Amino acid sequence: MEFLTIVQLLDSTLRSATPLLLACLAGLFSERAGIFDIGLEGKMLAAAFLSAAVAFATGSVWIGLLAGIGASVALSLLHGLASINFRGNQLISGVAINFLAAGATVLFAQNWFRQGGRTPQLSGDARFDPISLPFAETLQDVPIFGPIYHELISGHAILVYVALFMVPLTWWVLFRTRFGLRLRAVGEAPEAVDTAGISVVHLRYAAVIICGILCGIAGAYLSTGLQANFTKDMTANRGFIALAALIFAKWRPWYALGACLLFGFLFAIETRFQNIDLLGFTLPVQFVQALPYILTVVILAGFVGRAIPPRAGGAPYIKER
Amino acid sequence: MDKMPGWADAVLVPLISILLAALVSSLVILAIGESPIDAFGSMVEGALASSAGWGYTLYYATNFMFTGLAVSVAFHARLFNIGGEGQAMLGGLGVALMCLFIPWPHWSLAVIGSGLAAAAFGALWALIPAYLQAKRGSHIVITTIMFNFIAASLLNYVLVNMLRPDGAMEPSSGVFPPATQLPTFQDMFSTTDMVLFQRAPANVSFFIAVAACFVVWLLLWRTRLGYDIRSFGHNERAAKYAGINGVRITIIAMLISGALAGMMAVNSTQGEAERLLLNSSEGAGFIGIAVALMGRNHPLGVFLAALLFGFLYQGGAEVSFWTNIPVQIVIVMQALVILFTGALDNMVRTPLERVFLAFRRKEG
Repeated sequence: MEFLTIVQLLDSTLRSATPLLLACLAGLFSERAGIFDIGLEGKMLAAAFLSAAVAFATGSVWIGLLAGIGASVALSLLHGLASINFRGNQLISGVAINFLAAGATVLFAQNWFRQGGRTPQLSGDARFDPISLPFAETLQDVPIFGPIYHELISGHAILVYVALFMVPLTWWVLFRTRFGLRLRAVGEAPEAVDTAGISVVHLRYAAVIICGILCGIAGAYLSTGLQANFTKDMTANRGFIALAALIFAKWRPWYALGACLLFGFLFAIETRFQNIDLLGFTLPVQFVQALPYILTVVILAGFVGRAIPPRAGGAPYIKER
Repeated sequence: MDKMPGWADAVLVPLISILLAALVSSLVILAIGESPIDAFGSMVEGALASSAGWGYTLYYATNFMFTGLAVSVAFHARLFNIGGEGQAMLGGLGVALMCLFIPWPHWSLAVIGSGLAAAAFGALWALIPAYLQAKRGSHIVITTIMFNFIAASLLNYVLVNMLRPDGAMEPSSGVFPPATQLPTFQDMFSTTDMVLFQRAPANVSFFIAVAACFVVWLLLWRTRLGYDIRSFGHNERAAKYAGINGVRITIIAMLISGALAGMMAVNSTQGEAERLLLNSSEGAGFIGIAVALMGRNHPLGVFLAALLFGFLYQGGAEVSFWTNIPVQIVIVMQALVILFTGALDNMVRTPLERVFLAFRRKEG
């Protein structure tokens, strides 16, 4: 394979990994606090739709981004209401949110724009354009480093860099702040947190809202950065792949970056090649598509590096009386 | 002491939840500038006012009965089988292999063969998640979600590379031979001077689904295995103390669940499409969750809930045909039903319990 092809493949990997990474970190906050979230997909989809719609209406991608985050956080609060206040089944709530977003986005897209369930094309300030890092053009011709800097590192929408920055930030918040310690504690032993006089409800709501914000950014990136409009079911199961990446990463931020880059790489391969010849054996494209899921099952099975979820995950906290 | 009488728990709570879901759906319809009353009118008109409409409603209901029962059986063992979609896809593969490669003399024999194959393939697809849950403690919700996606890729591969007829573009199998075609309601109930259920897809598998409801009821409430499943679901530790093998129950419950989901394909793949399509499960695996929640995991409840969802699906298709309301309104309604009957159950239940307690205190 040529050097430039590899660089382009990695470039495409980075772009595919961005929404996965944001959604994965979103799930990380939620699940670390003991709230299972299989509604990542729905929240991303809602954000993708509303950010594209509002960006189109206002002509400003930043207002669109805010609207997308708003939609995602609203669904997060619904999830919080069901799973924290009413102690409902978190998985069922997640399923409901996914359907709600899948139905409502197309419903309103069709009603507002009448373009068969999509939003109009965005251009100019209504989109996140690639930003060119300093000296990208001048350094382009430097061997090895030039193409890497020009193709791979420079020339992405700002949200790509935001997503990458979120990794150390998440690590720092979770493992170096008091809030993070409490957040992790509430996912492992909520009764201990409660005994210490800290509100379990507040902490879990904080986690759920952070999750909503990150999913919102992920969704907005899909429709205003990666693509230039919202289309029906455009998240294409990325929410579930992010969930898979989260398990693959064993609920840790830096591992999440690795897992999302790996799955993003599989995406990039899948779009670039049809079938892959590997040592005289042809790998069908469907196998590459299924690989993230297969890898996750293998990890879950615990044969290679067992993944242990937060202990209080999925269980509503009932205060002692 | 129970806080509520049994009928309130079984009927009143779901009824209020449904009304809430209907109320919010109406608000959504109002929000897009349409009339909820007109919409409901054309749903009833399209789904229930003609025998053809019923033929579609009952066709969808058949799918939902199978997947609803599948989710219910697993729920009784406190397992959330979200993988009905994948199990139904594999069931479709079983049906297709049976119909394409065995020269059946008559549909009545073909349906036995394809039914068994559908059940076996569906059960097999549930086996790995079941084993991993029972033996390795891998969360069954996540593994079954993953298996849905793996099933989709597998089916895609099989259709594109193996079952697709030469020269065809669409990823689907060839048409099944005529001898495997199941009799539709039109064939069964039309008389010489009146055609009933015209061109509607409802077929003989509806009766198989009704029978499956009865068999599941027998299994859960009249057999030792059913007792074991329910006690394991109620209290794992007590069940273990009573000598019930948790690994065995987990695996058996999931096998039954997968088999039921797989059998949906007899209706959709053999009964309706008469060939294996890429999207053969039509999302029914997920609707099974809503059906099971609404039906309180009881076969009779599942039967009624499946009819309601059949009505919603057929009615929703009609609404989008006659009004400006997109067909996705059905997905929104389905989401709201899952939300109110499943996740927000306590929102309805807790106030209702208080009301009943207040009454009881007055009597006492």
